[in-house]
Amino acid sequence: MNYFVAFILAIVSYTVIDNVVLSRYFGICSFVGVGNKVKSAVSMGIAVTFVILMAALVCWPLYNFILVPAHMEYMETIVFILVIASLVQIVGYFIKKKSPTLYKTLGIYLPLITTNCAVLGVVETNMAYDFGRSMANALGTSLGFTLVIFLFACIRVRLESSNVPRAFKGVPIALIVAAIMAIVFLGLGGMIDLGSWGLA
Amino acid sequence: MANESKNNRLRVFLDPLLKSNPLFVMVLGTCPALAVTTSFESAIGMGLLFTFVLFFSNLLISALRKVIPEEVETPAYIVIIATFVTIVKLLSETFLPELYSTLGVFVALLVVNCIVLGRAEAFANKNGVVDSMLDALGNGVGYTWAIAAIGLVREVFGTGTLTFGKTFTFIPKTTIPILGKWSGSEFSLALPILSSSAGGFIALGVALAIIAAIGNYKAHKAKEKAKLEKEKAIAAAKANSQKGAE
Repeated sequence: MNYFVAFILAIVSYTVIDNVVLSRYFGICSFVGVGNKVKSAVSMGIAVTFVILMAALVCWPLYNFILVPAHMEYMETIVFILVIASLVQIVGYFIKKKSPTLYKTLGIYLPLITTNCAVLGVVETNMAYDFGRSMANALGTSLGFTLVIFLFACIRVRLESSNVPRAFKGVPIALIVAAIMAIVFLGLGGMIDLGSWGLA
Repeated sequence: MANESKNNRLRVFLDPLLKSNPLFVMVLGTCPALAVTTSFESAIGMGLLFTFVLFFSNLLISALRKVIPEEVETPAYIVIIATFVTIVKLLSETFLPELYSTLGVFVALLVVNCIVLGRAEAFANKNGVVDSMLDALGNGVGYTWAIAAIGLVREVFGTGTLTFGKTFTFIPKTTIPILGKWSGSEFSLALPILSSSAGGFIALGVALAIIAAIGNYKAHKAKEKAKLEKEKAIAAAKANSQKGAE
């Protein structure tokens, strides 16, 4: 029971308090790049969620049961990036077979996920955690990414029709919006003390 | 001919410094540009590691550009880049442990840095080894000064002071008070928001806006100039035709 509560709290913490995009700065490129259409933002979020979960699920045992016993921890970056790249390929093939319509919407974003820092970032930070916590990290991070990219897309739709200073048009105003969102999310800081659950 | 190719080489190196700066103009590599720029020193450290990775991956990729089959280009580049990132990781862990712990996971994330892969796909696989090396150096220096500038602004305005020797432990630790904390007083004009996570977005957003404003101003000036020249030409043509009529 205790473990379950800690798991849920860790997910909430990684989703809103320690948000990937706004406070850990992972995945800004795709955040700024895709974030102007609500539908594609949500599709991107779902695809990233799937890849992060799969990558976390594969990489943690790979690191702890193969690389650590073989004393090859230094190979982690190469192994992880290969796992992520092939996962993205497999996910692409799978979606193409099962649902061509979804593939059409996700298609162009799939290769982008390989170079999304959020995926590699989560997998790399997970190596210091146990399996439960790394799953919480993966789930929370991907939920947080999807949430923020969705909110951001909604705001950017409004921005298109608003009158911003000419120099700020496009990416600069988007970054300022992100800054304001980060300040809002800062307000949630300290809501959950992971340390009291032995998770700090 | 030789002169021209020399000029081109110079261009390959100089263009990424300003005209096609990877961060300020192309808006690539934004993740580390926001994450490691809370201090000037760590930004410079990141820039150095970045330049190292870019230089060697560009070198190897351009040397192997005729060997790597087109179908497996991207995976091959990723493996090459990951190899150099691992080397950088081990080197910095051994020789600059403070820098390594400050940058944290962002050293490993150099693998997925859009600029490194972008230069490999856009430049190194089409050009010779020397050109690719120059391109890598240009982009490396361009990116380094860009993130160092952001780091400088964020550290000075965020903490009010400029500290050296915290990340590069081989220089003696000195703190220069700029916006406050003069001679031990607690008074400070710093805006702590700039060193928080939101500050990165603000600093980069304002920097991009300034660059857009400069671009707008230049375009405006060029337009004015063209207009003036056109008016002059029309006036001259009028004068000519009047002369002809007389």
